[in-house]
Amino acid sequence: MVENDRWGIFLAHLILIVGVAIVVFPVYVALIASTHAPGTFLQGVMPLLPGSHAIENYSTVIFEGRSNAGAPPIGLMLWNSFVMAMMIAVGKIAISLLSAFAIVYFRFRFRIFFFWIIFITLMLPVEVRIVPTYQVVANLGMLNSYWGLSIPLIASATATFLFRQFFMTVPEEMLEAARVDGAGPLKFFKDILLPLSVTNIAAMFVIMFIYGWNQYLWPLLVTNDEAYYTVVMGIQRMVTGADSEPLWHLVMATVVLAALPPILVILFMQRLFVKGLTETEK
Amino acid sequence: MARIVLDGLSKVYPGGVQAVSDVSLDIADGEMIVLVGPSGCGKSTLLRMVAGLETITGGTLTIGDRVVNGLEPAQRDIAMVFQNYALYPHMTVYNNLAYGLRNQGVDKAEIERRVQEAASMLQIGEYLDRKPRNLSGGQRQRVAMGRALVREPAAFLFDEPLSNLDAKLRVQMRVEIRQLQKRLKTTSLYVTHDQLEALTMADRLVVLNGGRIEQVGTPMELYSKPATVFVAGFIGSPAMNLIDMAYLRDSGIAPQALPSGTDLIGVRPDELLLTAPAEPHLALNGTVALLEPAGAESHIYVTLGGSDQPITVRIAGLPQVTEGAPITLYAALDGLHPFNSASGRRTG
Ligand SMILES: Nc1ncnc2c1ncn2[C@@H]1O[C@H](COP(=O)(O)OP(=O)(O)OP(=O)(O)O)[C@@H](O)[C@H]1O
Ligand SMILES: [Mg+2]
Repeated sequence: MVENDRWGIFLAHLILIVGVAIVVFPVYVALIASTHAPGTFLQGVMPLLPGSHAIENYSTVIFEGRSNAGAPPIGLMLWNSFVMAMMIAVGKIAISLLSAFAIVYFRFRFRIFFFWIIFITLMLPVEVRIVPTYQVVANLGMLNSYWGLSIPLIASATATFLFRQFFMTVPEEMLEAARVDGAGPLKFFKDILLPLSVTNIAAMFVIMFIYGWNQYLWPLLVTNDEAYYTVVMGIQRMVTGADSEPLWHLVMATVVLAALPPILVILFMQRLFVKGLTETEK
Repeated sequence: MARIVLDGLSKVYPGGVQAVSDVSLDIADGEMIVLVGPSGCGKSTLLRMVAGLETITGGTLTIGDRVVNGLEPAQRDIAMVFQNYALYPHMTVYNNLAYGLRNQGVDKAEIERRVQEAASMLQIGEYLDRKPRNLSGGQRQRVAMGRALVREPAAFLFDEPLSNLDAKLRVQMRVEIRQLQKRLKTTSLYVTHDQLEALTMADRLVVLNGGRIEQVGTPMELYSKPATVFVAGFIGSPAMNLIDMAYLRDSGIAPQALPSGTDLIGVRPDELLLTAPAEPHLALNGTVALLEPAGAESHIYVTLGGSDQPITVRIAGLPQVTEGAPITLYAALDGLHPFNSASGRRTG
């Protein structure tokens, strides 16, 4: 590290500030836009200072929904998104922890083969396999259900791979000590491996929650019942659905609300990261 | 507490490496056996076969009166202390000690009693609420010991438990482990490559070489009557000097009356004297190559005249010799170790 280099520090900060500004500006615009009166945007000038219609806009989005905004009330959509994101995140973590555990700690036949199969699925994101996946989900009667929304997205090569890498750093002696202490495989998993993985699990949870929350194409395909609309696709419907000009002020209010849960998840999980970072468990 | 019998134990690793060959050993109840040998000789493998962490590919292993070949480690009634301690990092010291007992279904009050007892024996009582990362290396070592103690097992197995400690702590823990073991009278198998540890701790010492037993005996037996050239060179520090008989014959100083077949003579560095003893002796002429003072004792490296054979001498104090000067070394004849170099064995 270069220390006491004034120019270096200045430059570093400059780059960081510019970077932050670029990232934050659109968010700021969305926030500002959600506080203005309906007609503001049609004039073609984007206001950069808050307007006076914040309470009005947000209460419209939250309480009235479709009646005059072209979308169902946001509460249900947020709930649907939340359920879907939770199911995906928890499901992904549970399944990939178990598969990583199997791959690292058990010497079964075709172990390497299975590992590569899992690894190869990395190359097959939802968008690539969307038609056959849709077919399967439809045949199983899971259209318009939480299961249909989440199950096809649960298998995760990324998380399996990450946990595999982590498990391989746990010293062999730890497993042996547990064996001498009378812990069978599942006990070892539950008592030793899981507690050691907390930081990794928290990180994965955040990433996977946001991944699930941001799903757009898949919910659009498997739901046509309003009761299962998620907020991300709801926004899209607000933009294209209404026959007049999009109601940008309401769209932006919805966007801001839709961005809140992931932020809350990050803030909540961050404590676990920091804990994990400051007190290294190994 | 139990007798442990190893009967013709062998280990072939899946890749085909023969790590242990036909090892037989009868360990008495309460005995402390130390396994020594050079790196890669199969010490850890043998210990781990006893622990149940490595499958046994040949022979039978009996602990107490049960053949345990097919049993899981936890069912063998043994406790193991690992080289890197292998403490559970997310558990407090108390839980580290209690974990095995809980898995055995020991009731709470009994766990509490045993943990407290082990903690006071090892003086770790005040750390019971800490996590292992907040302990020093020596304290971790004690916790690892404690985890073995609370089990009250039939046998302790140690795989180089002190190798991560500094020299001073190593001596201290060595003494403590030995005292504890004597007090508890628990059969123990201890792997080390530190021969001082081996000599001081063992009731009996087992020297392994290439997966086979070279010699078994008390430390004094192995030191004073090594059965093979390998043991002679391995036990004792500095290592025993080995002098070719051909050299002695050429110099005209070959002792008479050596057992037949002797073509190699071993002399311990501390059996070489700078003044001639009264009894029959051997006199070797050479030059001082290096004088190495080491506190209470000194090492003199001597090159024998007419050969490049280096000889090490261990002398108390600081002798009056100068590097490069000629020197004569004396060794009493009955202190010599006769070997046959072809078989590698002692001739008498
Ligand atoms: N899992 C394994 N697979 C194949 N060969 C192995 C395995 N573990 C050990 N070996 C081999 O078996 C032999 C004995 O190894 P072992 O670990 O028992 O030696 P050691 O005496 O404990 O050595 P050190 O003093 O270095 O710990 C070595 O040649 C080693 O390469
Ligand atoms: Mg070893």
